[in-house]
Amino acid sequence: MSQTVTIPSPRQLSTEPRRSDKVFRGVVTTGGLSSLVILGLIALFLFYRGYEVLREEGLSFITSADWSITLDESANVVESNFGLSAMLVGTILCALVAVVIAVPISVFSALFLNFYAPQWMKKILVAVIDMMAAFPSILFGIWGFLVLMPSVEYWGKLINKYLGWIPLFEVNPYFFTRSPFVAGVVLAIMIIPIITSVSREIFAQAPLDRIQAAFALGATRWTMIKAVVIPHGRSGVVGGAMLGLGRAMGETVAVYTVLNIVFQINWQVLLGAGGNVASLIILKFGEASEYEIKALMAAGLVLFFLTLSVNAIANVIVKRTGKSGR
Amino acid sequence: MSAVATPQKPWAKKPADRIREISFLLGSLAFSYGFVAATEMKGKLAYGFIFFVAYAVLSSTYSFLTRGAPAAKDALVKTLVALGAVLTVLPISSILFTVLQKGLPGLHFGLLSNDMSMATSTDPIATGGVLHAITGTLTLVALALVMSVPLGILTALYLTEIKGKFAGPIRFLVQAMSGVPSIVAGLFILSAVLYPITKGFSALMGALALTILMIPTIARTSEEVLLLIPNDLREAGTALGGTQWRTVAMIVLPAARSGLMTAVILGVARIAGETAPLLLLTGGGDKVNPNPFNGSVGSLPYYIWKAFNAGSPEAITRAWAGLLVLMVLVLLLFTLARALTSRKVS
Repeated sequence: MSQTVTIPSPRQLSTEPRRSDKVFRGVVTTGGLSSLVILGLIALFLFYRGYEVLREEGLSFITSADWSITLDESANVVESNFGLSAMLVGTILCALVAVVIAVPISVFSALFLNFYAPQWMKKILVAVIDMMAAFPSILFGIWGFLVLMPSVEYWGKLINKYLGWIPLFEVNPYFFTRSPFVAGVVLAIMIIPIITSVSREIFAQAPLDRIQAAFALGATRWTMIKAVVIPHGRSGVVGGAMLGLGRAMGETVAVYTVLNIVFQINWQVLLGAGGNVASLIILKFGEASEYEIKALMAAGLVLFFLTLSVNAIANVIVKRTGKSGR
Repeated sequence: MSAVATPQKPWAKKPADRIREISFLLGSLAFSYGFVAATEMKGKLAYGFIFFVAYAVLSSTYSFLTRGAPAAKDALVKTLVALGAVLTVLPISSILFTVLQKGLPGLHFGLLSNDMSMATSTDPIATGGVLHAITGTLTLVALALVMSVPLGILTALYLTEIKGKFAGPIRFLVQAMSGVPSIVAGLFILSAVLYPITKGFSALMGALALTILMIPTIARTSEEVLLLIPNDLREAGTALGGTQWRTVAMIVLPAARSGLMTAVILGVARIAGETAPLLLLTGGGDKVNPNPFNGSVGSLPYYIWKAFNAGSPEAITRAWAGLLVLMVLVLLLFTLARALTSRKVS
């Protein structure tokens, strides 16, 4: 009687993913790449549409301040001049005013939230500030126009009266309505919640052992903040400010309602003549001819790269702070 | 029997401290009134400024006399920091107050059941309503959700579950995308879809632009939520023989459900009031438009914009009423999101 011994064949072990996993990874990777695709498409299409104008205007699209187009009866372009410099200067000016106002306020309130406020007050304030960050910009725009603007114009006059000898605060001709300063204040109110929450998170990461060590050595709260929290969070605050700057540069509706758009480079903050790339697009879009729309697309492209680079720098700075636990 | 020392709390405020603080506050308040009345200054700004200066001087002088220069500086900073917090909260309370005060007169019974197709901007408030705007906003948000939720969550899954080669760059790009100005998103859809393909306003166009703005919010919040899911769950799923697909679909995503809901709601709150791209893409009709793929459609922000630009007193009241509706919507969404987050991740 012969015994047949069945020897089990060795099991196949494989690290090869199953088909379901391959599909899954494929789908998720495709979805993950969507942001890359969208950003690429935005740049591509705006460049494609704006190419004609960019080629026509060359460098003067950025350096000249004229924005005019003449059409004949059959809607052919007779003459056109498109230059963004006044708008770019205005965008940067408004955003800088906003950041200069918002950063100290935000840093102070972030310090208050982290180190001074009692727990219950902190909870409420954090909820309120986060909620404010989600408020629609049209709300800020209309509130800014109808409620805030009269007071801000008055503040502008005060600043001009006492600090008018500084070239930045000169006002010539004497006209304060809808100035970059007003737009800057509205933008500041919009970006305060953003900068506050970034700073608050950075300050909260300050090493607790050093805070306690500082207190144990007899530091007051302020000396502790000066010695521990500020060195730790300085670059994070800079990053948060840059994030706010990026947001302020791209803001459209809120600026459009409170800013007087003039096609002339103006560095006088309090004078009622400003510029803003995003608002220009809204202003001109309604009655724009086909050729002017191309110019607006090119303007959009410039704005896109401007905000993208500001945001990219901001994110790099914020990220670097998070890692280095000094 | 040895005496037992009763526990002390030397850091807690004593009644005397509280009384002193309150009297400092009242004292500087009185001083600011007196000072403003005595000099030619006027206005709320003057009162507030003098009040804070007076309080700072008062409290730091007291600290200097009792505990020296470092304590004086500390008291000064404390006042400054509190001023920062007050200045942060002041605008929001002013906004809430103004919208309530000016929006309430614009509310009426037909507001939510009429549209503006039969009303002009100078008609009395009681005619017309925001029905077209609400249905339009709901359509826009629903369409944007259909497109952005899958993409946003897939992006978050790529960053947390697959952790592929591109995870770093993609995280960076998502952050960069959250800074794309809304008007640029609108121009992009205009140039890439509306001009070459559909050639007309529709809710879909607006929703496409809103999708671009919504993806980064959803992706970033979902990523944070998915990172909170303990790795043990994933390992347990794999140990039980689950493929990665089954583990993610049956274990990770259900565990993160409420967090993902929060992400979606925050995304909706982000786009509900977005105005600029809608001005370029949706046409802002005054009638309820049941077809989301064709024809101009109204929305709350566009309604507010139109009414605000019409400029007549009735129209301005309409704009405030619209803002009130929009603000209530955003507040509701936001409260919902917070309520969901505060629950523990199951």
